[in-house]
Amino acid sequence: MPPRKGPTDVAAPDSIYGLFADPDAAERAMNALRAAGIAPQKIVVMSAQPFDEYSFTQADHKTVMPWLATLGGLVGGTCGFLLARYTQVAYPIITGGMPLVSPWPTAIVTYELTMFGAVITTVVTLLITARLGRGRPAPYDPEISNGKILIGVLEPLDAARADLERRLLGAGAEQVKATGQASN
Amino acid sequence: MPAKTPEQINQDLLRPLGGASAKYLAALAFFAAIVVAAMCAFVWQAYQGIGVSGLRRPVFWGFYITNFVFWIGLSHAGTLISAILRLANATWRRPVTRCAEVITVFALSIGATFPVIHLGRPWLAFWLIPYPTERGLWPNIRSPLLWDFFAINTYLLGSVTFLLLPIIPDMALIRDRATGLRKKIYSVVALGWRGTPKQWHRLESAMQIMAVAVIPVAVSVHSIVSWDFAMAPVPMWHSTIFAPYFVAGAIFSGIAALIIAMALLRKFLHLEEYLLRVHFENLGKLLLVMSLLWFYFVFAERLTAWYGNEPSEMTVFWVTQTGSFSPLFWLMVVCNFVVPFPILAIKKFRTITGTVIASIGVVIGMWLERFLIIVPSLSHKYLPYSWGTYRPTWVEITITAGTFAGMALLYMLFAKTVPIISIWELKAGQHTLTVHEPSLAHAAEEGAD
Repeated sequence: MPPRKGPTDVAAPDSIYGLFADPDAAERAMNALRAAGIAPQKIVVMSAQPFDEYSFTQADHKTVMPWLATLGGLVGGTCGFLLARYTQVAYPIITGGMPLVSPWPTAIVTYELTMFGAVITTVVTLLITARLGRGRPAPYDPEISNGKILIGVLEPLDAARADLERRLLGAGAEQVKATGQASN
Repeated sequence: MPAKTPEQINQDLLRPLGGASAKYLAALAFFAAIVVAAMCAFVWQAYQGIGVSGLRRPVFWGFYITNFVFWIGLSHAGTLISAILRLANATWRRPVTRCAEVITVFALSIGATFPVIHLGRPWLAFWLIPYPTERGLWPNIRSPLLWDFFAINTYLLGSVTFLLLPIIPDMALIRDRATGLRKKIYSVVALGWRGTPKQWHRLESAMQIMAVAVIPVAVSVHSIVSWDFAMAPVPMWHSTIFAPYFVAGAIFSGIAALIIAMALLRKFLHLEEYLLRVHFENLGKLLLVMSLLWFYFVFAERLTAWYGNEPSEMTVFWVTQTGSFSPLFWLMVVCNFVVPFPILAIKKFRTITGTVIASIGVVIGMWLERFLIIVPSLSHKYLPYSWGTYRPTWVEITITAGTFAGMALLYMLFAKTVPIISIWELKAGQHTLTVHEPSLAHAAEEGAD
């Protein structure tokens, strides 16, 4: 049986990329690629830390995560309320004239399960929207973990490769590499 | 911290994950032996019955519930403090947060075992879970003990995810350097992390939401633990002050535990360039505030009881002030206030050694406080003919020692498996400081011990 492929050793797609030590150089490279007319979805960026203040990390910033967390909280809270209410009604005990469904404990259980639902939903949303746990083919270089920033282009046209390499080097890339067919 | 390159940071913080020294293995074996002894004691208790403990009428809550409250309180070290500092965007938090979050997860796990240990028949613990049975019986949702079930599980889930999510990028970092079986394991736990802007942004969004969610949950957990007591008409328990008093005490003991853990990590993992004096000083200031708050709560609680002069409360009051429990009470005051206050209030003494001494005092004092809340009240309830005493047996003492050893054991194993300081957060913090706030970076360098 052939060995199973893990998330890090999936076949890399056709790509050309540069490794940058400096975020300012990565920013210049991103601007150079944009100026070359590369579509945003073809540009790939990877780094070992977030660089929120640079435009090369600004793609895909919109997220519905807070709203989904709120929705998860509402679902959790509803389940909590129904559970607390049902368990008190299903096995009625003598309460001496007090309400059978006691509001304070019901509120506490509802609150805890609201937060439970919000936490679970946040984690699931993160796993799905950040595509964690799914080994999608993408160029990757272990140098990223040494602080290098990867800026590259997926599936570059053969005719454009030389120009892309020149632009990446011109922006300050320490190395320019290629994967897939582009590496041949 | 002097500015370091990403490679240097990787090298320094991944170094502890290397081979284990003989000293490390000896310490591991020592703690493991105590844990095994505690497990044997628990099995003995389960086999012989709860009678082998010192729990006798009228004191049915002793060391086990003391430990339960203590460990749940200690768990407030991490997630709560980390979440507050994260939301406040405190830049000095970065080397501290993971050390703190680990304490939460382990302390909470240890604390949650005590209600089960405390049961005479622990194999029936699942009766606490609300699930449909053929008898149509449900757990009584009106009981604060059931609120504990929901609160602790929610907090545990929140704390575990709050710890694990920011670990993912560091797992990817180790994956890129590991070989063989280690690479396979770290590849799995790294979940295919690559560090794309989308992944970073989603992770930061999730951490922000978690930080917002986990603070009220943490407050609710210890409030609910306090209501285990306050909902009962027992002298000195039936008090509205209990929830905030417990939450303040929990944060107090949590910060103290964090300072001790950081000092040990600093010494044994040689993290002197990362866990700086400024971190201990800042946490020391927080500990000082909590010490004052704790003293205020104790004073307010005692004053109200004394002024009310209710006979059953006064019995418990005097037995702790001047009676048989007074040595423990005054030792608690010394440990929680008399020793920490001058050390932490005077800048000259607020050194790493000073804050650690104060913290050791606080941890001892807070354990005593939990004991003094429980035992004197239960042994002196309303009717004098039912008064009693409590003496822990070797079983309870062994299990208690086992939990402290278990905490040390888990922490040591964790520190060998995962970087105890969040590498990517440290790098991001350093970048932010050097690029945007060079004056703060310079101040941080000066704060290095």
